[in-house]
Amino acid sequence: MLSNLGNTFVIVALLISFLLVFFSFKEFKTNNNLIPVKIYKISLLQLFFTASSFIILLLAYVLSDFSLANVYENSHTNKPLFYKISGTWGNHEGSLLLWINILVLFSSLFLFINKNNDKDFKILTLLFQNILVIIFLIFLLSNSNPFSKLFPIPLEGLGLNPILQDPALAIHPPLLYVGFVGSSIYFSAALAALISKIDSQSLAISIKPWVLISWFFQTVGILVGSIWAYYELGWGGYWFWDPVENSSLMPWFVMTALLHSILVLERKIGLYSWVIILSILTFTMSVTGTFLVRSGILNSVHTFASDPSRGLFILSFLILMVFFSIYVFFKFAPFENKKYSIFSKETFIIANNWFMIFFLGVVLIGTLYPVFLDTITGSKISVGPPYYNLILAPFLIPLLFLMTSGPNYKWISNETKSFFNFVLVLSVILFLITFFIVKESSFLLNLILFFSIYLITQTLFDFYESFKKRNVNISRIISHLGFGLLIFFIYINHIFSLENNFNLKLGEVKKTNNYVIKFNNLEEQSIKNYKSIIGHFNISNKKTLRSQELKPEIRLYDKPVIITYEASIDSNLFSDTYLTMSNISETDVFNIKFQIKPFMNFIWFSVLLLSLGGILNFFKRKKNETN
Amino acid sequence: MKQINYIIVSILFSAIFVVLYLSLGNEKIYDTEDLVGKKIPEVEINLFENSGVLNTKEFTNNEFTILNFWASWCAPCRKEHPNLVRLSKITNLKMVGINFKDDKSNAKNFLQENGNPFDILAKDKLGKKSVNFGIYGIPETILIDSELKILKKYIGPLNIKDVNEIRKIVKK
Repeated sequence: MLSNLGNTFVIVALLISFLLVFFSFKEFKTNNNLIPVKIYKISLLQLFFTASSFIILLLAYVLSDFSLANVYENSHTNKPLFYKISGTWGNHEGSLLLWINILVLFSSLFLFINKNNDKDFKILTLLFQNILVIIFLIFLLSNSNPFSKLFPIPLEGLGLNPILQDPALAIHPPLLYVGFVGSSIYFSAALAALISKIDSQSLAISIKPWVLISWFFQTVGILVGSIWAYYELGWGGYWFWDPVENSSLMPWFVMTALLHSILVLERKIGLYSWVIILSILTFTMSVTGTFLVRSGILNSVHTFASDPSRGLFILSFLILMVFFSIYVFFKFAPFENKKYSIFSKETFIIANNWFMIFFLGVVLIGTLYPVFLDTITGSKISVGPPYYNLILAPFLIPLLFLMTSGPNYKWISNETKSFFNFVLVLSVILFLITFFIVKESSFLLNLILFFSIYLITQTLFDFYESFKKRNVNISRIISHLGFGLLIFFIYINHIFSLENNFNLKLGEVKKTNNYVIKFNNLEEQSIKNYKSIIGHFNISNKKTLRSQELKPEIRLYDKPVIITYEASIDSNLFSDTYLTMSNISETDVFNIKFQIKPFMNFIWFSVLLLSLGGILNFFKRKKNETN
Repeated sequence: MKQINYIIVSILFSAIFVVLYLSLGNEKIYDTEDLVGKKIPEVEINLFENSGVLNTKEFTNNEFTILNFWASWCAPCRKEHPNLVRLSKITNLKMVGINFKDDKSNAKNFLQENGNPFDILAKDKLGKKSVNFGIYGIPETILIDSELKILKKYIGPLNIKDVNEIRKIVKK
């Protein structure tokens, strides 16, 4: 029943989308100044049917309706309700439906609430957005239908991969999708802007809120993914430069560049074509990321089951999209020739853009190089953290410096400022204090440390100064502060992290650095859908005389049969103690991974600040409009 | 100028897409099976105990050599260890152990506890040298002849069947 209903809703949504494209196209050619009510109504109808189809799938998961192949393959009656719900988007088909829902939602929101009243621009954006909707709906129906029926109906489902049964991962995909797919609306808007020839300020005002929203969700999505990797994978790391992680980072770089460029565009100082390119590039990167993850051409820890036919479809779409964009761009883009003063805010923002594009290039090459090499020469390599650290780290220094000094320059003007001031002196002192505590000898790391401190102090100082003048650019201050703190705490975490691997039998004691680790007890438990072996460990610190109880687990899930290793993490404000254990078959020895991870909570907090700054800009904008 | 840019951008993207299209058909599972029958490369590895080095050329003096990559932190290594001890009894087979990304004292304890089957012990502290032998996880074991040709490659722990197979090859 649910299957038929779901299919019907999807087909109706597809027909409505065709209707919307048809009317939009017809409307584009008329001389009306207003978009007819008819189009608004159709758009609402489309939103209703796509949302309903998603709710149907959600219901099928909640009710464990195994007549849907998708539910059978990814769920199980014994699963907690929360994971039944998150199972809806924990697979390719369901997540594609979610993807379409976001496309449609943004299409409607843009139509209803966008402030720009240029009819041609609006109607063309709607047209392009709905062509995207149609393509993805066809993909869903022809290749990846979540409503496919199964007969005879199985009594029990296969279950969801336990590694995905985690609260952070349950909300991670929807967050990232809003970021990824949200970028579609300014992709459509960029193409529409070129053809309808709207001016730069209108374009900036139109796309700014959408860029802010998608950037915010993308940032938080990446953060949640990192937190999941840290808690669930049991490796003690939070970023692995895994190709799938890179796929979410690449659009983020472009979004960040775009966010800054729009500030220039808003003030009519130029960058029109550049903003258009970035808008197109963001969605292109999102689709490229999706292609890499879904087609299975990358080997990664967390890909969906791969299927070449899916890859072919997404690739065909990507090709169509890119070449259409290139065509539109070269046919319609205006020729710009703006001169910038060197010491003005725009210069710094343009510099930010070059850094972001450079970072994008590095990550893109690191991700694609193994694929290209394999295809062309047949040799297999993997590109790991050393490549990224080596190439990206030195460039953090000028970026941090630009973030520190850039915001204090004025638009367009060309005044130079002396770099020797109170903040610099204070930063040097703070740096020296940190240096004597840390005693790190690497020149590069010390430079990064200094410039992150400089950025933090300067930003705080800016806040103080602007607060006195009652003119605080709070979103910039919070974001830049967040970034400075992020780099600072990653550095501190990197220096003071401790890791030790060893084998231990029940009752044995291991002494390492300042810590004594005692293996006290072993306990077995049977829980709803898994069996658990829990180790009881006592960890005491010889220096602080503090003692902690940690209980890492080995879980044996029955549906599907998978063993997972659950890290036990004792997290306090300044430091995490991280313990994982794994059994060694046919022996009574356990392999223990013991880690001390300082300032993890501060790393998460810094990213939160960073994203908070972005979303504050969104609300600031609203406030300005009402005034 | 615009025309030229247009053409360059289009060609660039076309090239990328062609490669991506071809990559769809590629075999994704990494396999080192095709290394069997090929010679091992000439590599210098640090010895475990002292600062000396071991050159793989030296293996030409042995009739047969086993290269075993192991670590004290590796659980399956513990499991396969008795089988390595069994192999060490074969006279015309030199046993070379390469300690992989390990802590020296832990490795020593491991050998004390489980016995030391190795004639030569080397270490690959960073795990970079092992790449030359096509190692992508441990334990892995390679059997080579006096011409440095790889006769057999075992990925994962050696079992008793593997031991018998090696015995047979070496006896011929």
